[in-house]
Amino acid sequence: MAESATRSAQVPLYSWAAVGLPLGLFAWLCSFVPAVSAGESRHWAVQWLPQHDIALSFFVDGLSLLFALLITGIGTLIFLYAAEYMRGAPQIGRFTAFLTAFMLSMLGIVLSDDLITLFIAWEVTGVTSFLLIGYRHEEATSRRSAWQALMVTGAGGLAMLAGFVLLGEAAGTYSLREILAQPGELSADHRYHWILALVLAGAFTKSAQFPFHFWLPNAMAAPTPVSAYLHSATMVKAGVFLLARMAPVLGGTNEWTTTLVTVGAVTMVYSSIVALTRTDLKQVLAYTTVMALGACVLFLGVPAQTIEGGVSAAAVAAMCFVLVHALYKAALFMAAGAIEHSTGTRDLRLLGGLGTRMRWTSVGILLACVSMVGLPPTIGFIGKEALYGSALVAPSGTVALVAVLLASALIGTVALVLAGPLLWGRLTHAAARAEPAPWQLWCGPAILGAAGIVAGLLAGPTFGAFVLPAAANVGELPEHFIPSLWHGFGPELLLSVATWGLAALVFWKRRAVAGVVSSTLSGIPVTGDSAYDKAMHGIAASASGLTAVLQSGVHRRYVGTVFASLALVLATTLVVRDAVHLPQLLPEASFFEWMLGALIAASALTVIFTRSRLLAIGSIGVVGTAASLIFLLFGAPDVAMAQLMVETLVVVIVAIVLLRLPSFHYEIRQDRPRQFRDAAVAIAVGAATTLVLLAVISEPPQRFLTDYFERTAVPGAHGRNIVNVILVDFRALDTMGEITVLFLAGSAVCALIQRRSRYRRFLSVVAANDTAAPETDSGSSQR
Amino acid sequence: MNTLILIETARLLFALILLFSLFALLRGHHQVGGGFVGGLIASMAASLYVFVADAADVRRLLRADPLRIAAAGLSLAILSGLVGMYLKGSSFLTSVWVEVLGVKVGTPLLFDCGVYLVVVGAVLTFVLEAKEPVVPSSDDSRPIGRE
Repeated sequence: MAESATRSAQVPLYSWAAVGLPLGLFAWLCSFVPAVSAGESRHWAVQWLPQHDIALSFFVDGLSLLFALLITGIGTLIFLYAAEYMRGAPQIGRFTAFLTAFMLSMLGIVLSDDLITLFIAWEVTGVTSFLLIGYRHEEATSRRSAWQALMVTGAGGLAMLAGFVLLGEAAGTYSLREILAQPGELSADHRYHWILALVLAGAFTKSAQFPFHFWLPNAMAAPTPVSAYLHSATMVKAGVFLLARMAPVLGGTNEWTTTLVTVGAVTMVYSSIVALTRTDLKQVLAYTTVMALGACVLFLGVPAQTIEGGVSAAAVAAMCFVLVHALYKAALFMAAGAIEHSTGTRDLRLLGGLGTRMRWTSVGILLACVSMVGLPPTIGFIGKEALYGSALVAPSGTVALVAVLLASALIGTVALVLAGPLLWGRLTHAAARAEPAPWQLWCGPAILGAAGIVAGLLAGPTFGAFVLPAAANVGELPEHFIPSLWHGFGPELLLSVATWGLAALVFWKRRAVAGVVSSTLSGIPVTGDSAYDKAMHGIAASASGLTAVLQSGVHRRYVGTVFASLALVLATTLVVRDAVHLPQLLPEASFFEWMLGALIAASALTVIFTRSRLLAIGSIGVVGTAASLIFLLFGAPDVAMAQLMVETLVVVIVAIVLLRLPSFHYEIRQDRPRQFRDAAVAIAVGAATTLVLLAVISEPPQRFLTDYFERTAVPGAHGRNIVNVILVDFRALDTMGEITVLFLAGSAVCALIQRRSRYRRFLSVVAANDTAAPETDSGSSQR
Repeated sequence: MNTLILIETARLLFALILLFSLFALLRGHHQVGGGFVGGLIASMAASLYVFVADAADVRRLLRADPLRIAAAGLSLAILSGLVGMYLKGSSFLTSVWVEVLGVKVGTPLLFDCGVYLVVVGAVLTFVLEAKEPVVPSSDDSRPIGRE
């Protein structure tokens, strides 16, 4: 990194100004806390698509307020952090804009009342996170990670849209408030399973649940402020938010419980095991984030009813854990970025003894780790007690209990590694070079770490203002839930102590454990990441296979395919609709019409048998002209005129093109089987078209449209030429479409014919540069 | 094909056909004609000129890139649709009529002129691009996109 350039660069003014937005929103949202904690909610709506019952409507209740405060509160610290962290980086303005757009769309998700608005905000977070993860777009890994995140969460988002549409249809409204007002009804709907599966697909991909977890660790290619923001407090929490939002209407069933508990438990245990084997600081944090998301999903799935028939604190536990995790994980990510900023590395093997070098950053890490292990007096301790407490009383809570115990112990180990060797271990070379981080980089970790302790000490107000109102919107609350640091000697405390003991044990034997785990994991043949690669390659391969079949590059094959398909479609329709009307052998027609028919037939035969290209073109022109005469005979002068013009122009254009083509290849004509094939296609198209036309005229013509236009053309559109009036007034939008197509065709011709040569020159210049760059002497001569 | 008779006739016919195309355009609302047919007639006039002159001469005569003519036509058509939205608050492409010197003039006429220009521009793009020699390149034989 060009350290000197980075240090000397100024922080642009708009980076500072951007901090004001989340700060202002945070303050504004705080003003709702008294009302919301009293159980009220606020609602705003703007009409958008009233025809479809879709509105830009938003509401604030306990659940959305908790998430919105996290998004804006942590967002303020992140924006401050990013201003310093990204100093001197290219395109900071763009970065700041993306980050702001991301924050606003995230707020859109948590505050939306309308399902469609929620979906759009959801997709905008996907797109902006794609841009943020791929910010270092000159690096291949960044691009791949950005793509992967977009593909995985985007696919889930589409499934979710389908689920939302079904949900909206089943509930009869797209307003979340109205849907939430009818709990229990949806789980009886026959579409319930589809809705559940599709919505879960959206939530699980966004929140990186196993087996879709792989995109999140890969997304660590993003700049650290992005990781700290997107992958701790916000984007990945969107899935958790959705599940929490939907819990009252979709939850409570066996399917819900089974799926969420299983997926959450597997995700928790798997990711916490993998976290032990990673040495990149951000990778470690990424896997612990996946673990935390698994925990949230798990406890949203645990039913509120206890074995004894009471109500457990599962919803409280889940919401409390959302808060705890957002606080400590954002702190740790920011601290990781500060360490990389100062030492130039994130490799845990190269780092140690930072405590004496980066004092304030270390304080932040230490506070966050205390919360992460769940030691008193942090809110993390209360959160963990609540997890254990609700798992103990839940029916079939053993799975949850074991998963939480195991995963928490392993996460505790990670916290010990971060707080131990990283801060107080032997001073390494990389750490010895470190300078203290600037205040913007350490104030975030310190504030968030301290917040974890303050929230624990002031457990009553914290829960009363933030956690309990949120949990009340998720599920039933136990009647007497007293958040406190001391519950007496109960099974919860025993389990907490067991967790710490297990964490210490694993920490002691961590190298051996990591070795065993690594060798086991490397034995797994299929990972999510490799499956993703296979799927992407499969899509690309099938696309190129299809292209190779369809785009042969031979013009006659294109024409043959188009006409053969046309004949097939027409013939199938005729047979299916039973509409084959055989004509009289000699239909009645005037002499003039017979002559025109004979002229057309003769010209068509000339086209087939002539050896002169010019004669063929001219004969086609004769066919068209005769056709326009037929239009004239039957009283359609406008159509006849247009047909005549088009025919003439076609002949002119083809004649101009012909002048530039090489002479005819007569070998084609001697290929007998091909000739018969072409003739078969031609006859089939002709026969099918004729039969369709006969079927059309066998019905008496419908005149109501003609009558309508004749009646209204003069009073309504001030014109007596119905054809023109339809074109420019009644159906002007159609004409608009047609002339747009015409314009695009012109552009395409320009691009194909004229620019092609320029493009080739451009390609050759690029190729010359590529070869010239590595070997400057021989490069020019090779060209 | 550059015979003297053809060149001189083309010169004369060019102006006549162009005039006729305007006639077809303007009478279209009541009689046979309209922007589409008018545009085709006008492009025929230009195509005739392309036969006897270089494409470069025709471009000079046009004074504007044909694709730009088409773009202007499309813009004019869109604009004619916006008039009603702006003046009457009605939906896109609703017609507005005023009487100028005893002649009723409306936005459909503007729209028709737009169609006329798009047709002329697009057809002339086809004709001129086909007529102009492709700029020879050092490796013109290499297929595009297959490295």
